[in-house]
Amino acid sequence: MYSQKVMDHFTNPRNVGDIPDADGVGTVGNPICGDVMKLAIKVRGGRIVDAKFKTFGCGAAIATSSMVTEMVKGKTIEEALKISNKAVAEALDGLPANKLHCSNLAADALHKAIEDYRQRKQAESA
Amino acid sequence: MRRVYLDHAATTPVRPEVLDAMVPFFTEKFGNASSIHSFGREARTAVDESRDVVARALGADPAEIIFTSGGTESDNTAIKGVALANRKKGNHIITSAVEHHAVMDSCKSLEQLGFEITFVPVDGTGMVSPDDVRSAMRPDTILISIMHANNEVGTIQPIEEIAKVAREAGVYFHTDAVQSVGNLPVNVEQLGVDLLSLSGHKLYGPKGIGMLYVRKGVKISPYMHGGGQERGRRAGTENVAGIVGLAKAIELAVEEQGEYARRLARLRDMLIRGVMDRIPDVVLTGHPERRLPGNASFCFKFVEGESILLNLDLQGIAGSSGSACTSGSLEPSHVLLAMGLPHEVAHGSLRLTLGRDNTEEDVQYVLDTLPGIIERLRAMSPFGR
Repeated sequence: MYSQKVMDHFTNPRNVGDIPDADGVGTVGNPICGDVMKLAIKVRGGRIVDAKFKTFGCGAAIATSSMVTEMVKGKTIEEALKISNKAVAEALDGLPANKLHCSNLAADALHKAIEDYRQRKQAESA
Repeated sequence: MRRVYLDHAATTPVRPEVLDAMVPFFTEKFGNASSIHSFGREARTAVDESRDVVARALGADPAEIIFTSGGTESDNTAIKGVALANRKKGNHIITSAVEHHAVMDSCKSLEQLGFEITFVPVDGTGMVSPDDVRSAMRPDTILISIMHANNEVGTIQPIEEIAKVAREAGVYFHTDAVQSVGNLPVNVEQLGVDLLSLSGHKLYGPKGIGMLYVRKGVKISPYMHGGGQERGRRAGTENVAGIVGLAKAIELAVEEQGEYARRLARLRDMLIRGVMDRIPDVVLTGHPERRLPGNASFCFKFVEGESILLNLDLQGIAGSSGSACTSGSLEPSHVLLAMGLPHEVAHGSLRLTLGRDNTEEDVQYVLDTLPGIIERLRAMSPFGR
């Protein structure tokens, strides 16, 4: 039911962990629903230089988290904001239909992390 | 790679003896049991003999046995059939919060027709209290349906006591015994039930065949209408090979039940103890003692069930889970929630169900493999320790 790419990211997830001095952190999902993703980013000169995740969830939840951290590295903030849940699923050669809504939240976590980064920057300059 | 099948509550392989008994009825003895010629008579004899075997194994009369397509059809027939035939007496049905969907959704479909359903709760171990059933009773109650043993957590219900409650009130009592036949002694007289569902493929018989026991005198409408087979109670050309296979499977299962259950319980206890000893933050789900001999079910905190299953599968171990992802809905198992487990814990469920071919080495392999999987997933989890 899962593509080879999903299974690859599920069995060898990239960028698992925390970034202690992260510039932005985003958490989405709800333990009651069975999916929680926490994504941390490091930003240098307007570019995302590092991204790490921790995820509680099914195979799709873990694979999408892993994939989004790969996709976002080296991207500018503006480019990163264009990454959608759909794009993450496509990069994994698709997800089973029942997973597209419940477990495909990784880009949302990324966007939240960017929002957090922007708020922190605003607070700094204020 | 080693392959270990620990999903016997989902289905079992057909035993060679069962397959051998079935094969002639696909080929040279292919007749329709309703035909008058020798081909038909051959099939009819096989169906009759199978009915005798099944009846004897369950302590029933052959006329009380209806062959169906499986557990789901038996449950649907029992519940809807009794409800429709007894509508003049009342429209209230009592069932439990932990039934299989075949029972639960049959009851819900009757709600659409104006029947009222009471779902009695269970305690933290998944047990129904006979007193709760008694208090749910109303003058217009026509049927009680409580499963013999739970498919997810293995808890064995106090069927004899609930049957007494039903009998005192003169209300029909149905039990779904799909998980229990072969694992527990099942005798319709001793249990005191009026209707009992059973499935072939859970006891090393074929898929697509099941049985419904209906006590003499119970008013029930047929579910399938047509050619008048099964004395007008279940139309459709008899699945002769399936019926022969079911009979052989039940005969063997009942004959070997005691030894089978003892062997499985020993492996189960080794598995449960090993998991509880090796892995922190784990909950044993279901009753600690009153549980099916082959059922070991757990919830692992901070991890999600499908992830556990996928990892186990990569190591050749087949299990199942009641997490939302695996139940095909957004909710985790209704059984685990009814037992009072929080959603986030229920998502971490794993059910391992043992069977005939499992060995101590299989259990050891799981105990060597599972802790690493849980540890790795927890390290990845935002709730991990």
